[in-house]
Amino acid sequence: MKPREIRLSTTPTPEAIAELRLGDIVYLDGLMYTAREGVYMRALEDKANIPMELPSESAANFHCSPAARINADGSFDMGAVTATASFRFAKWLPEWMEKTGAKLIIGKGGMSSKDYKSYFVPNGAVYLSTVGYGTGALLGRGVENVEAVHWNEELGLAQAMWVIRCNKMGPFIVASDLNGDCLFERENAKIAQNIERVYEGTKPAVLKRYGESDDRSDEVI
Amino acid sequence: MIPIDLIQKTAEALMDKAAIEIPEDYLDGLKKAAKTEDGDLSSFVLKAMLDNYEAAKEDRRAMCGDTGVPRWFVKLGNDARVEGGMCALETALRRATAISTNSVPLRPNRVHPLWRTDHNNNVGIGAPEIEYGFEPEGDWIDLITVHKGGLFGTDYRMLFPSDGIQGIKRFYLDSLMAFGKRGLACQPAIIGIGLGGSKDICMTLGKRASVLRTVGSRNSDPRIAEMEEEFKELGNSIGMGAMGFVGKNMVIDCNIEVGYCHTGGMPMSVHAFCLSSRRAVARVYPDGRVEHRTDPDWFTPYQRRETVEWEPIREAAE
Repeated sequence: MKPREIRLSTTPTPEAIAELRLGDIVYLDGLMYTAREGVYMRALEDKANIPMELPSESAANFHCSPAARINADGSFDMGAVTATASFRFAKWLPEWMEKTGAKLIIGKGGMSSKDYKSYFVPNGAVYLSTVGYGTGALLGRGVENVEAVHWNEELGLAQAMWVIRCNKMGPFIVASDLNGDCLFERENAKIAQNIERVYEGTKPAVLKRYGESDDRSDEVI
Repeated sequence: MIPIDLIQKTAEALMDKAAIEIPEDYLDGLKKAAKTEDGDLSSFVLKAMLDNYEAAKEDRRAMCGDTGVPRWFVKLGNDARVEGGMCALETALRRATAISTNSVPLRPNRVHPLWRTDHNNNVGIGAPEIEYGFEPEGDWIDLITVHKGGLFGTDYRMLFPSDGIQGIKRFYLDSLMAFGKRGLACQPAIIGIGLGGSKDICMTLGKRASVLRTVGSRNSDPRIAEMEEEFKELGNSIGMGAMGFVGKNMVIDCNIEVGYCHTGGMPMSVHAFCLSSRRAVARVYPDGRVEHRTDPDWFTPYQRRETVEWEPIREAAE
């Protein structure tokens, strides 16, 4: 069965979010900003003023550092765009969502269903995963304009807050829903049924390591 | 004498090619995988990736936003001489890395591990890595750039002879399972396995097996070549595909490289060269000729030699 394709605003209505099903393919329109550890630390720990009106301008937080440059005349060139793994940002996301009203968290690999249930669902937010990874050139085509780069001097190009105008930017995959269900955990559970057969005959290492797990249905994140 | 300007110009061209053009051998491998894939979601992902490579080439933009950490492998024929010497060569490669980071553009990924200082040009302490190899004949120099991505998909384990092949398989599967979930390894990948050497060399062997060998190549030892086939099949039988979705394509190819190790041990490393398997190669001659290719052809008989002396002429005459 072919996945469903949906166009979604980066300031989505609650109804539009409720419509989304795990595995749907989404294309985005509107303003999106990048924020990862650098931005989170500066805004939440150093209490710097966030240089955008959130969520009215954008409710879409992209875990991304683009391949881009700032030209001598102050204009921007953005090449490829892909996400970075999101699970590392769980430390800051609850406070970030509360503060900014983010409804779409976009990144790589998703979070756990525990994260979704504890602070995504109460905030009416869902997680969109990039595809691949990564379809950097396709996503780059969806960048209509780079509107601004904030905190470049303080954080550097890779950690700066890039504000991007999206025009049918995608594809992204819906990886969580308003039940707090997790697409990746659903797939893991299906794959787990094969583990015994695949491992048959192999043996555990002679030398053990601290913290080692023999449960292959466990995740490393 | 190979002109230093030519080296830098070629290096800049290679940086651009590596970031934008997926190598033909990997592309063919992925097209084959896309034909066999029947998982709904993983099929969609593979198709999107194939579209993405086209878009990158058409637009001349990097195929992935994470443009990896650029590094260099340099191979010199025994008679090669570089204008300005080897330090000039290193400067040219560092300069090309910095210039191309801005011109392509690439993502300035390289930062200080503690202070997170970013020069916005992928150059810093020990970056880009430059590694060397030699061949007994030739006055050329091979420049190979690899932009490997990745925080995930690589692991090391000290195994012992008593662990045997079944222990090797276990660690291989563990690595694929651990980093395959949610597609952290950005599979389907070229999986490189390093066996033997000391700990650091074991990592190096596995890394080189993944980034310096092409899809479809086989180790010159027929028994290792058989293992490569078997491990490829094994990895693809897990039932996991792209992004960790249900599927049958996890491993585009499996390459194994070995080095002699301590008699008591059997160290092993696993590396994953991702959906953006970025590498580009050129041979530069003293007369100014530049030949571009995508096969690094690193693991020659000379690189895998077991003997004290190297006498290729006598071997050829036998």
